[in-house]
Amino acid sequence: MLSVEERKEIESKLADYPNSQAMSIEAMLIVQRHRGWVTDESLRDLSELLGLSVADLDGVATFYNLIRRKPVGRHVVHVCDSVSCWIMGVERVCSQLCTNLGIALGGTTADGRFTVLPIVCLGACDHAPAVMIDGKLHEDFNGQRIEEILAQYE
Amino acid sequence: MERPLTGNFRADREAVSLAEYERAGGYQGLRKALQMAPADVTETVKNSNLRGRGGAGFPTGMKWSFVPMGKDAPHPKYLVANADEMEPGTFKDRALMECDPHQLIEGMIVSAYAIAADIGYIFLRGEYVRSHERLARAIAEAQAGNYLGNNILGSGYSFTIHLHASAGRYICGEETALLNALEGKRAHPRTKPPFPQVSGLWGKPTIVQNVETLCNVHHIVNHGPAWFRKLSRTEDGGTKLYGVSGKVKRPGLWELPMGTPMREILEEHAGGMRDGLRFRGALPGGASTDFLVEQHLDTPMDFGHVQKAGSRLGTGTMVVLDDQTCPVGMVWNLEHFFAQESCGWCTPCWSGLAWTEKILFAMEQGKGSLHDLETLTFQTKFLAPGNTFCAFAPGAVEPLQSALKYFASDFRRHIDEHRCPWR
Ligand SMILES: Cc1cc2nc3c(=O)[nH]c(=O)nc-3n(C[C@H](O)[C@H](O)[C@H](O)COP(=O)(O)O)c2cc1C
Ligand code: SF4
Ligand code: FES
Repeated sequence: MLSVEERKEIESKLADYPNSQAMSIEAMLIVQRHRGWVTDESLRDLSELLGLSVADLDGVATFYNLIRRKPVGRHVVHVCDSVSCWIMGVERVCSQLCTNLGIALGGTTADGRFTVLPIVCLGACDHAPAVMIDGKLHEDFNGQRIEEILAQYE
Repeated sequence: MERPLTGNFRADREAVSLAEYERAGGYQGLRKALQMAPADVTETVKNSNLRGRGGAGFPTGMKWSFVPMGKDAPHPKYLVANADEMEPGTFKDRALMECDPHQLIEGMIVSAYAIAADIGYIFLRGEYVRSHERLARAIAEAQAGNYLGNNILGSGYSFTIHLHASAGRYICGEETALLNALEGKRAHPRTKPPFPQVSGLWGKPTIVQNVETLCNVHHIVNHGPAWFRKLSRTEDGGTKLYGVSGKVKRPGLWELPMGTPMREILEEHAGGMRDGLRFRGALPGGASTDFLVEQHLDTPMDFGHVQKAGSRLGTGTMVVLDDQTCPVGMVWNLEHFFAQESCGWCTPCWSGLAWTEKILFAMEQGKGSLHDLETLTFQTKFLAPGNTFCAFAPGAVEPLQSALKYFASDFRRHIDEHRCPWR
């Protein structure tokens, strides 16, 4: 079941679009903000609410990079793996980050605290390497700052 | 030097508020435009030589002149700000939206007025959370000030703006794929014609314009096309946001006259290479542009001159390659991006780019062969303009084709030495 808040947020955005299909991406992102990912159950609920088939919704969900159809940890660390960050040594920083957390890229820590995912250019190339945690940008990311930054996330 | 786009930025990089924006002369361009006939606004923009800042450089005023006007024109008409900025190495639109959100909004309203659009969308990449917060606040402020909504400033013209957060995919920046994404579909590009100006969002006339392009429009109306043309050092009008990333002393973003030479940007503004490093080349305008090298450093960075040098101005944000970074590795990183972001609609693109990436990866591991070099050259021809459904694939092979030309001996060393010499 969609929560009251999820439903309210979705309904408040419906007026931005002339039909419910155009609302589907926004609706999935709203559900994801509340639950961390888009579950099979919420796809069925959204299908009912928006009058679209589950297959259509899933076809859209799987096209886009930021819609997750698998669970993640409490905090999602997105590491930019695009060209400027690559030049500035993001590969090394990323493997150090993964080693510290004891996971591989794409994995979730055993305590469910962090998931580390690659992401394309975050538009912070003049302060590479760039990392985004729960939507907050961290620029000039380097080995020395990993612990200090991760400590901000419970 | 005049800096219409960034001159109003606060030193602390917080968003300029509505009150601050108005105090600095904000929304004067809109007031002036509302006194003009829409066709005259389009004519003014045409005369300014403003060309699109999203990469292709299409003349903006000319694009607007294809929109059906008059009482028989279909409605609603749409104006979309392309704020998808996902071209690796590009960080200009984010700065414009975060630091001066009202500038984009005013540019949108004036552009919408010129084509008599009813509804606007800002198609914003999902990762730009700070831009989202600041634009949402600015839209609310503009609505409260009657710069948006019904009967704007008593003119009889009405226009609203909705903020759409994208769920992310590089192809969404391509304007027809963007329309499909806004409609809630998988973001495959559409066949052209029909062009969006005639049949775009939900089949209605639609103009899609880059953020930086839109930010110029009300300045042009306010100060006139001659003023705008004079800002430039060459024939393309205006200033340009130029960026530099990579191992230079001071990576960053600067608003400079259009046509500022590459060397001046790299040396005077970015401070030159870091100590001990040598310049080997640069992608002048993001990941999908051909490398330029030392011999091109005096090229004025505008559309025509960069094209003559064999590349594209693209987004105007350069990525610099130094002599301690492997050019083959860099191209592998770029093709990894393109292979991943191909929308999968047409086979030469999705299959060819996956193949290309695999070969480059093998080369980096010391497993490349001479035959692989031929295959890479073949791919650059096979994915050239005309062979794929959209401009994504030709852009994807631009850095590869130029790297094969300028860094041929580095490719050979990977093959002959069975290793990456930089590792
Ligand atoms: C693969 C691909 C990605 C693109 N991405 C963007 C983008 O992120 N932002 C943008 O403004 N234009 C992008 N464009 C260009 C748009 O298709 C379109 O030309 C542009 O938004 C028009 O606006 P302009 O004339 O103001 O530049 C892209 C084009 C292609 C082929
Ligand atoms: S060229 Fe690539 S991105 Fe463009 S339609 Fe074909 S598969 Fe999609
Ligand atoms: S390449 Fe990493 S932020 Fe642009």
